[in-house]
Amino acid sequence: METIEIIGALITLAGSIFLVLGSLGLVRMPDLYTRIQAGTKASTLGTILTLFGLGLIHLDWMGKLIILILFVLLTNPISSHILARSAHYIKTPVSKLTKVDKLKDKETEKTSEANHTNPEDEL
Amino acid sequence: MNLKNPAFLFAILLLFWILLSNTLALEFLIPGMLLIVLIIVLFCRNCKIFDGAKTTPKAFIYTLVYIFVFLGELIKSNFDIARRVLSPKLPVNPGIIEAKTKLKSPMGRMILANSITLTPGTFTVEIDNDTLYIHSIDIDEEHLDDMSSKIIRRFEKYLEEIYD
Repeated sequence: METIEIIGALITLAGSIFLVLGSLGLVRMPDLYTRIQAGTKASTLGTILTLFGLGLIHLDWMGKLIILILFVLLTNPISSHILARSAHYIKTPVSKLTKVDKLKDKETEKTSEANHTNPEDEL
Repeated sequence: MNLKNPAFLFAILLLFWILLSNTLALEFLIPGMLLIVLIIVLFCRNCKIFDGAKTTPKAFIYTLVYIFVFLGELIKSNFDIARRVLSPKLPVNPGIIEAKTKLKSPMGRMILANSITLTPGTFTVEIDNDTLYIHSIDIDEEHLDDMSSKIIRRFEKYLEEIYD
């Protein structure tokens, strides 16, 4: 076994450790938003490291794996952003530990403003 | 017509073509380039994605610096999450704060929001014009403004050299 393969295997191992920690975070975190925090970050770096390690073991796959890494890097944050946004939109409750929620403040402000003015403007 | 969009698109698509075909041989490159020109002519007559991007050498250097800063933050954020998940007390102190950005172009804002999502303890919940609503896992109630500007400035100082 060559050195580069051993390095690749170690990087893949590190990636899977991050993935395990991310899943543990999904179980332990108190509410949806903190779960997204754990899920997004750990899964992004975990997937990147796993793919990169695989690329070191099979060097001729590297180009395609880099494309996969770029896709993960671009799409993962967007999906978590959309999840959090829609969850906040349908008023998913936040955990009791939450200290401030500026977005909720803004939304209540908007609704009270809308109630004061003509409600047909909303349409 | 603005030549910047087709040029950027050409470079990105060519990079993807080379990575996919995994060779630099001319008999692969030339058909690829022809296809890319065809795609740009057919689908990108009115592209506006890269309108805000600057094309100075300084912007190029900042892009490289930005990539390394970003990767460093990504690794830091994973150790941060790992520490929180593994500690028995589960030290979370979450909240949603707002922050204002100076970036104007949609692409610059998107990259800023994505970077915030992938960095220690923060992610973007909503963007409303120049205001970003950021969920943070560890907030400091007394210094909310300091915190939001710190989160934003970490990337904005590089991005404002690259995008308008």
